[in-house]
Amino acid sequence: MTANESAGNAQYIMKASGVCKKFGFVQALKNVSFEVGPNEIVGLIGDNGAGKSTLIKTLTGVHQADSGELYWKGTQLTNYSVHAARDMGIVTVFQDRALSEQHSIWRNIFMGKELTGWGGFLRVKKQKEETQRMMREMMGFTSSFMTPDTPVGNMSGGERQGVAICRALYFEADLIILDEPTGGLSLSETRKVLKFVRSIKESGKSCIFISHNMYHVYPVADRIIVLDRGEIVDAFVKGQIDIETLEARLLEIAGTSDIDLKVPVGSKAIARE
Amino acid sequence: MSRARSFFYRHRIEFAVLGVFFALIAVFAIANPKVFLNYRAYTAVFTTLGASIILVTSNVFIVASGELDLSFPSVIGLSAMVFAMLARAGISPVLALFASLVTGAFCGYVNGMLVTKVGLSSLVSTLGMNFLLRGLIMIITGGLAIPLTFMLESTIAKVFAGTIGVFPVQLLWGLGFALIGWLLFTRHKFGGHVCYTGDNITSAREMGIRVDRVKIWTFMLMGFSAGFVGVLVTLLNNTFWPTTGDGYLLLILAAVFLGGTPTWGGIGTIWGAVIGAFILGFIETGIIASGLTGFYTQFFYGVILILALISHRYVGLKKK
Repeated sequence: MTANESAGNAQYIMKASGVCKKFGFVQALKNVSFEVGPNEIVGLIGDNGAGKSTLIKTLTGVHQADSGELYWKGTQLTNYSVHAARDMGIVTVFQDRALSEQHSIWRNIFMGKELTGWGGFLRVKKQKEETQRMMREMMGFTSSFMTPDTPVGNMSGGERQGVAICRALYFEADLIILDEPTGGLSLSETRKVLKFVRSIKESGKSCIFISHNMYHVYPVADRIIVLDRGEIVDAFVKGQIDIETLEARLLEIAGTSDIDLKVPVGSKAIARE
Repeated sequence: MSRARSFFYRHRIEFAVLGVFFALIAVFAIANPKVFLNYRAYTAVFTTLGASIILVTSNVFIVASGELDLSFPSVIGLSAMVFAMLARAGISPVLALFASLVTGAFCGYVNGMLVTKVGLSSLVSTLGMNFLLRGLIMIITGGLAIPLTFMLESTIAKVFAGTIGVFPVQLLWGLGFALIGWLLFTRHKFGGHVCYTGDNITSAREMGIRVDRVKIWTFMLMGFSAGFVGVLVTLLNNTFWPTTGDGYLLLILAAVFLGGTPTWGGIGTIWGAVIGAFILGFIETGIIASGLTGFYTQFFYGVILILALISHRYVGLKKK
């Protein structure tokens, strides 16, 4: 890529244009267009069922879009797959953590991207050493009970998230997608995750941070996109909006989807009975 | 934890199964020292053990991938039939062997496609395939055996069904196959992908593992092994029987589970299954040598299998 080209493409590293996805009769994504800039943290918020996970799975090749285009650094993506995404430099920390619980930490770290030597045979020692290093430097696991051979099934929710996130960081990705990374975590674990998102920004990479909790997204995001019933209904640059206005706006969006929400609960509802 | 202790801990299931095996041999040796302190008791069992070891090895891959293959007995039969018919027609035995392996692998490919692309349950679709292929053998051969006595002194018979001194060569083939299988299972990318697919197929897919392809390859490995076993047993008997392979189904699966591979997929142990095959191989000989009648054989298969499963739970093998 010449300097000129990269300057021309510098507005975004990934772009979705008019993406639609249907499951049976359910329109999960309706004409979704958005982009992620270089070294930008995009917060994607929306209620449960808004289509956040479907959008992420489409961006990462798990689902194929029914229509619309995806672009990566200026090139349209065709025959897109999870494999292609990982090779391009997109890694995802899925909501379910995508771990293999009966297997060890080192197996999980290198799952699907094994370090291999001759003929596809694993470099077991190297993988264990790298895992040990990651556990020390990135996850902060100092307990001697936890070794690279510890099965992931024996770990707590926060520790599992640590494994999933370290795995994402290890492979030098340009775009890191976090799907509900704070779901089911304790306060201190949540703080760790948010600190990690900041470190993505500092290391010059991009990130899409998905959550239904705007209090987690707001402090770390550069730009916030609001998804509702499969559509992008709003987008803010963080400087333009404070968190109270954002909250009011989100309630308004939620309110339009259900008129009953505007009825003061307690008065009429009880009176009717 | 020291290295030795950690090694022992990680392989506690295999050591437990090995313990069962030695206990069994000890009981038999006490019951009838004359037979069990003589090497002939062992070579007799070893003669047929090679085929079982090959079959349990591939079955560990299948079970670890979260599937089952109940069609391998008929795949053994079909491949053996292809081998016998071609050899009988005067075609080079090496070519016949090759054709038999391809037949087996192709059956595995069909099984894999039915499970992944058509989306059938492997339990039921391979059960159907077992009937279908056995029926096909019966239709083609008319239920008649194909004698291969002319191959008795052939090189291929010596290589695949002979003995080295008193040691049956098939056991070497079996152990060699298990060694390669073990390397593939624990030290190769493929084995890892098989296990991740069986452990949590959604996670595996999300991490970019081509789960359908992994399953198809696993079924093809099973078919390939069945094809090889078809040739081994045919050369051992010097005859193709239309029932070739029939008796293996439950015994092989029992050896796999006895050996410590759990039913729910995701993990497995090749050496455990190999020891499982040894245990079941010795039970019949042991029972007869101990002075009981052959009627006790199945009873003891059952006792050992259930005791082994209980011991697995005891050493911590249970689904999380």
